[in-house]
Amino acid sequence: MSAWEEPTPPPADEMIKGLWRENPVFVQLLGMCPVLAVSNSAVNALAMGLATTFVLLLSNLLVSSLRHFIPRQVRIATYILIIATFVTVVDYLIQAISLDLHKALGAFISLIVVNCLILGRAEAFASKNGVFRSLLDAMGMGMGFTLGLFALGAVREILGAGSLFGVDLFHDAFEPWVVMILPSGGFFTLAAWLLVFNAIRQRRERLDRAVAGGAAS
Amino acid sequence: MNESSLFSIFLGACLINNFVLAYFLGICPFLGVSAKVETASRMGAAVTFVMLVASACGYAINSLLTALGVPFLRLIAFIVVIASTVQLVEMFVRKTSPALFQALGIFLPLITTNCAILGVVLFQTNRGYGFVEALVFAVGAGVGFTLALVLMAGIREKLELAQAPDLVQGAAVTLIIAGILSLTFMGFAGLAS
Repeated sequence: MSAWEEPTPPPADEMIKGLWRENPVFVQLLGMCPVLAVSNSAVNALAMGLATTFVLLLSNLLVSSLRHFIPRQVRIATYILIIATFVTVVDYLIQAISLDLHKALGAFISLIVVNCLILGRAEAFASKNGVFRSLLDAMGMGMGFTLGLFALGAVREILGAGSLFGVDLFHDAFEPWVVMILPSGGFFTLAAWLLVFNAIRQRRERLDRAVAGGAAS
Repeated sequence: MNESSLFSIFLGACLINNFVLAYFLGICPFLGVSAKVETASRMGAAVTFVMLVASACGYAINSLLTALGVPFLRLIAFIVVIASTVQLVEMFVRKTSPALFQALGIFLPLITTNCAILGVVLFQTNRGYGFVEALVFAVGAGVGFTLALVLMAGIREKLELAQAPDLVQGAAVTLIIAGILSLTFMGFAGLAS
């Protein structure tokens, strides 16, 4: 946390930073396309999050173990090829596990290839760090991404369909807000979450300032 | 194949199922390059061109890979074609208009990872479009993308002068506007089947 700590943070920190401080969805705003597109129900959101985490883990593993062999000039193309390979694996895997899920996610499974989050982690982290740290980083980022997707998916499903994981929550007492299931609901929900995060951050800054001011006087 | 179906493909890709506002493809440049109308429209043109080339190449590759019986290589082949097309566009823009090259910045090479382009190629493959249909679909998607980008840029230019509260500044207000735009585009539903 503090500035005078050793330059390499403890391994556990690599994992925890993805969950909150550098959360890919709410803080870095990376990989927005799948976040908005498949978060119309909690199940889809979870499946997408897990698939992305899987690709992230494997690509970080391969990129970081090959980092001394990849020439700098062609590194982006190499990363993309590595990612595309694993996405193809996931695509066929999901098709084998559940055909319904594969239909619901549609082209968005293949579109994991162009998720900026995965390429970003390969370039910014895995290409500079060891295998163990890269795996932890991928785990943290993947879990943060899944968490963000789930937060969006759950809100949209509860408000838009009155259910969670397909279980009816309110019976007849609640009129679903259809707009939440529609595309615009995705934008609104993400905006609302960002507002919540902004409010928390501003409140903490105010508190920090108040504490610092109190200590100084 | 008749003309009305081609037209409905175009309308569908451009307005009814707008790539940005209904499918959420290409959100990154939509949020990143939509600060000025000028840059936004040029970016739209570049993306449309890459889409068109990628769509034509994607059609050829898909036929070839299906004939060879290796459809699992599809995704990898697509992404390589898109990456090389983007490289071509980048060289072209740098030679013809250095100012534009500066304005687009990092977002020009990032067209490679623009999901809208891979999306066009994947959708046309999944829906089994023929060659002409695929090209019309790509142009429609490109025009729709440009439209959304320019609309957004127009609103954001006005927003610069408005007084928004601290809390919503930055990404949050952009997303709210995008949501309202998306609601507006819902009005086009039912224009063509």
